[in-house]
Amino acid sequence: MKIKLIVWRQANPEAAGHFETYEAKDITPHHSFLEMLDVVNEDLIKQGKDPIVFDHDCREGICGTCSAVVNGVPHGGQQRTTLCQLHMRKFKDGDAIYLEPWRARAFPIIRDLMVDRSALDRLIQAAGWVSCHTGGAPDGNASPIPKPEAEYAMDAAECIGCGACVAACPNGSAMLFAGAKVSQYAALPQGQVEAPQRVAAMIQAMAENGFGNCSNHYECQAACPKGVDVKFITRLNREFHKALVLEKIGAIPST
Amino acid sequence: MILDGKAPSGRIQDSWDKYRFDLKLVNPANKRKYKVLVVGTGLAGASAAASLGELGYNVEAFCYQDSPRRAHSIAAQGGINAAKNYPNDGDGIYRLFYDTIKGGDFRAREADVWRLAQVSNNIVDQCVAQGVPFARDYAGYLDTRSFGGAQVSRTFFARGQTGQQLLLGAYSALSRQIKAGTVKLFARTEMLDLVVIDGEAKGITVRDLVTGEIRAHAGDAVVLATGGYMNVYYLSTNAMGCSATAIWKAAKKGAFLANPCYTQIHPTCIPQAGDYQSKLTLMSESLRNDGRVWVPKKKEDCGKPAGQIPEEDRDYYLERKYPTFGNLAPRDIASRAAKEQCDDGRGVGPGGRGVYLDFRDSIKRLGEKVIAERYGNLFEMYERITDENGYKQPMRIYPAPHYSMGGLWVDYDLMSNVPGLFVLGEANFSVHGANRLGASALMQGLADGYFVIPNTIGGYLAAATPGKVTVDHPEFAKSAAEVKATNDKLLSISGKRTVTEFTRELGSVMWNDVGMARSDASLKSALQKIPAIREEFWKNVKVTGGSGETNQQIENAGRTADFIEFAEMLTRDALHRKESCGGHFRVEHQYPDGEAMRDDANFCYTAAWEFKGIGKEPELHKEPLKFENVHLAVRSYK
Repeated sequence: MKIKLIVWRQANPEAAGHFETYEAKDITPHHSFLEMLDVVNEDLIKQGKDPIVFDHDCREGICGTCSAVVNGVPHGGQQRTTLCQLHMRKFKDGDAIYLEPWRARAFPIIRDLMVDRSALDRLIQAAGWVSCHTGGAPDGNASPIPKPEAEYAMDAAECIGCGACVAACPNGSAMLFAGAKVSQYAALPQGQVEAPQRVAAMIQAMAENGFGNCSNHYECQAACPKGVDVKFITRLNREFHKALVLEKIGAIPST
Repeated sequence: MILDGKAPSGRIQDSWDKYRFDLKLVNPANKRKYKVLVVGTGLAGASAAASLGELGYNVEAFCYQDSPRRAHSIAAQGGINAAKNYPNDGDGIYRLFYDTIKGGDFRAREADVWRLAQVSNNIVDQCVAQGVPFARDYAGYLDTRSFGGAQVSRTFFARGQTGQQLLLGAYSALSRQIKAGTVKLFARTEMLDLVVIDGEAKGITVRDLVTGEIRAHAGDAVVLATGGYMNVYYLSTNAMGCSATAIWKAAKKGAFLANPCYTQIHPTCIPQAGDYQSKLTLMSESLRNDGRVWVPKKKEDCGKPAGQIPEEDRDYYLERKYPTFGNLAPRDIASRAAKEQCDDGRGVGPGGRGVYLDFRDSIKRLGEKVIAERYGNLFEMYERITDENGYKQPMRIYPAPHYSMGGLWVDYDLMSNVPGLFVLGEANFSVHGANRLGASALMQGLADGYFVIPNTIGGYLAAATPGKVTVDHPEFAKSAAEVKATNDKLLSISGKRTVTEFTRELGSVMWNDVGMARSDASLKSALQKIPAIREEFWKNVKVTGGSGETNQQIENAGRTADFIEFAEMLTRDALHRKESCGGHFRVEHQYPDGEAMRDDANFCYTAAWEFKGIGKEPELHKEPLKFENVHLAVRSYK
């Protein structure tokens, strides 16, 4: 296969970016998308040119590092697939492919296709945990958790934190990401004690870090490589309103 | 030199509790005066940084990824063991201890393994309390399943994403400490040197992977939790960034490297399909519960579609050779058996490097729906990569480099022979012996981080003066200058070959000569080839860009340079160990039926190597292993 690549190149956060065109030669349908980029980069290095910088690591669809917008769609549009698991057999010989970094206010571009996603870490650092000191935890079976709740929590916990939801959202919202974390803990007995403070702190952190709000486009769910459901945004809203009410009636201290 | 592992004496059942009581304590009010540098934020590093932060120490944590949540621990699928005996099938700490010693082919320290088994129960409790969504039964209690090398059901799991969920649990605990200000996180930062002052580890030199800045960090102790080195084989199941750099730099500063030849090759991976490939993908070991492994009996059938090969022409070789464990034989045994079939010319798929994993019979017995419920995500993953439907035709699998049992030598405190340098998780050599059983790596990472280091580091720090050195010490400037010089050299060579070409060349030597089956001749041949690769690398590598910017080429070049040097030591270790055990199989040392033949009379020790200079023979130190609780026996799964 031969592929024409039109790639966003940007030397550093301050530099102006632009598109450049490359040709990917000797590609087989069995190449993964990132392996195709490897081939292009080897070629560039041999010519003494700077290879395309892109984020990637586990290359088996779980670490959430790989990120790039392919023809306008984060991770390239094959349902429930990270970019590293997208294969060239999904393209045709001679195709032209546009390749861009995640585009969102909260994700500054570092170089080429690499963006700074530490804003997502800051959302977790705001309150995305169950406060539990190491040691002294009760026996794991001390509080039974109904199977449906455990499964619901696991559905939410599958989020890999890649940020495709943010990149796909017209508002650059991280509500699917935050909603997944809030919902995971809201469904479990361990997470209950701090639930109101958690959701309030995470909502506040979203605003502070430059994420927009949800306006029900559902693009996040469509782009999510793990198929995390928008129902967790509903849960996030519900938990948030619950927290507001509790705060109003003085059941929890105001934030 | 005879190394002392400091394993406590006396009744093993009391060893950890008694040892812990005897350790010196640091006054809670004094803890904040100490700074601990934790390198790596996977299961071991994140749990260590979080726990040390909770205790009140000042922690600086470093990872090369953009976030701790991306550490390769995230990719572990199957589960984590604990000796809870919830299913009432006769499990207990002693049995987990016994299985782990036997699984490691009697090449691990008893006391360390006992401690691991003991704290395994606390780990599961800790993770449940953090909100890790483990699988539950309909009564709401924790569910378990069985794994290779054990006859009880002690593996706790969160679907096929156990590693992910445990890591996210540790990451959340770490995030809580970052918010609390006890841990300072440095992401996209790679450790490039260890700074040793007056014989003690007191700092590290790092490179900021975004700006290229070389920086010094001083601390009262350094904790390395930087994972395994299996990318020395180029193609492995590890993430692309997994490297030996941190442990190799420490080895060059005097830390002994123990048993580097103990490498695990996992039998259930998707075979390599072409030269362009960047990694191998592991599929869960659990597939072998219902899948039957076979190859054609006749070589001429190998090219035919599987469906055209009649039943009588199929060789179910695992069931034939290991009637008791059958398709669930342990990893090293199943891996070698697959290689034998392929070496014999009966492999299937591209290049004949594959064996069938066939679900036809279980689909006939249970229906496709049941199989899809059990393994649907794995079938989907297989199809995505190979474009083949595993329900309609058998999957193809082949062994792939997966996990390193060797690593930096540590004593019972998890401290290396360099005082103040602690090593956790896959980066150390400690508990797995020569082989690793399923669901035991996650257990080790978290045991080290949550429950061992918070205790043992106190013993060292209590005797150390806090803040003894600062980054103004001349050793830091020297280290930074060396790191800069290496980077400048890499950029100045401007040769003809790319870094990937060298990584691939090294990997193919390692796989062919130092892989699943090693011989005196193949190892000696590798020891000829590796120095030649090293020499050519430093003359002919081409690294583009500059050092003061985001430059993935210079990162890769540095890691490859370290792999080349490290590979030599790994190979020397394999050459010296004239026995077969676990993942280390020397073809000269096998029983007539092809099983691994250990030599307890001559090799019942840990081999700890001291670096003596590039191209020079390292010095061997031995730590004898004593087996007082589990008696040395031939490991049989027939």
